[in-house]
Amino acid sequence: MKPPRFSYHDPATVEEALGLLAAHGDAARVLAGGQSLMPMLNFRLARPGHVIDVNRVAALATVSPGPDSGLRIGALVRQRTLERSPLIRERCPMIGQAMPFVGHPQIRTRGTLGGSLAHADPAAELPAVMVALGARLTLRSARGQRTVAAEDFFVAALTTALAPDELLTEVALPPWPARTGSSVQEVAIRLGDFALGGVAAALTLDAQGRVAGARVVCFGVGPRPLRAADAERSLVGGAPSAAALAEAGRLASAAVDPSDDIHASGAYRKRLAGVLTTRALAASLASAAARAA
Amino acid sequence: MTETRAISLTVNGQPRGATVEMRTTLVDFLREQLRLTGTHVGCEQGVCGACTVLVDGEPVRGCLLLAVQADGARVETVEGLAPDLEHLTPLQAEFVRHHGVQCGFCTGGILMSLTASLRDNPRPTEAEIRDTLAGHLCRCTGYQGMVDAVLALVAAGEPAR
Repeated sequence: MKPPRFSYHDPATVEEALGLLAAHGDAARVLAGGQSLMPMLNFRLARPGHVIDVNRVAALATVSPGPDSGLRIGALVRQRTLERSPLIRERCPMIGQAMPFVGHPQIRTRGTLGGSLAHADPAAELPAVMVALGARLTLRSARGQRTVAAEDFFVAALTTALAPDELLTEVALPPWPARTGSSVQEVAIRLGDFALGGVAAALTLDAQGRVAGARVVCFGVGPRPLRAADAERSLVGGAPSAAALAEAGRLASAAVDPSDDIHASGAYRKRLAGVLTTRALAASLASAAARAA
Repeated sequence: MTETRAISLTVNGQPRGATVEMRTTLVDFLREQLRLTGTHVGCEQGVCGACTVLVDGEPVRGCLLLAVQADGARVETVEGLAPDLEHLTPLQAEFVRHHGVQCGFCTGGILMSLTASLRDNPRPTEAEIRDTLAGHLCRCTGYQGMVDAVLALVAAGEPAR
């Protein structure tokens, strides 16, 4: 099919975009990379009266070092940049680990960080990575500005904390802790397809090699990225033994309740969450040890 | 009320100007207004890759970009690769030699993706070739002929174009 008619706006500044969102709110959709909204328009699953194309807003497309060696990434930064930026690779290895799973190279050319987050597909990698990283999202509107933790931003499938007049403008990432390794693991029917299930994990070791911090976030197995808090707690303070990683996998699997669909049963996905948790933690451990060395 | 806008862009090296409807996708603009029908429309949801063209040198889905968004851009389509049948690009010639084409529906998009990825990485491994092809659906060839074509190009040390 072809997109329905809409009024097209292409503001050049954030302020202009916010003015348009204030005026058209509910009847408007923000167009960033278009890799989710355009299919919805083509199939007329979305019929917005107004499309606000933010691609000309250069201020949204910058990557800069944040305070304390963190990172600030504009919402319009392309997935291709996330994949290739030396600054991002150095300061936040987990993003680069996720990128090969995000669509295909031809999708990543256009697709944006903010677009993936605001679309909030339950099987998407970047939302889970942002939860695992403890990212803070800046939401702006003509009314003002607020900051929301990634964990609170994702509400349900395709649903976020964004109000109709708000624009996601920036993602702030905390510094990467010392002696920390990470991994993103997923299973999909074909490379680049949406995941049947996946896990983004990070493991921080203390000077004695015990686990000082752990993050386990499952995606594709629930309506939103799910932190496996029991699995995380079980690891902290102990040795990262094979038995401990297996137990964390068991706890992560117990924490999710995925549903059946045409591609896989809920039982398969539940088991997958555990297996991938253990694998992601083992890979995180190896990369933490390598970074500490 | 139908909103339209005048755009100007470069297509296969030629400056082009046109008035487009806001909702017209780039691939429909190329096919219907410029009559460049080598770029095909398959799934219209970014999955099949048949509509892949280069915008400012990078592969994108022509069905997921509005024509108005290509205002000022440099667009390349499969028609821009070879001036005529006697002067195929090295990549196209290897596709012919290794039976990388059967019905041809997917071929235009695949040639554009491979042309861009071989420019960035002229000596890909088979796994890297398959990674590029993963963004394209072909129901005829089983992909092996395309992989063989690119491997032959790499072995010969030739550029894609």
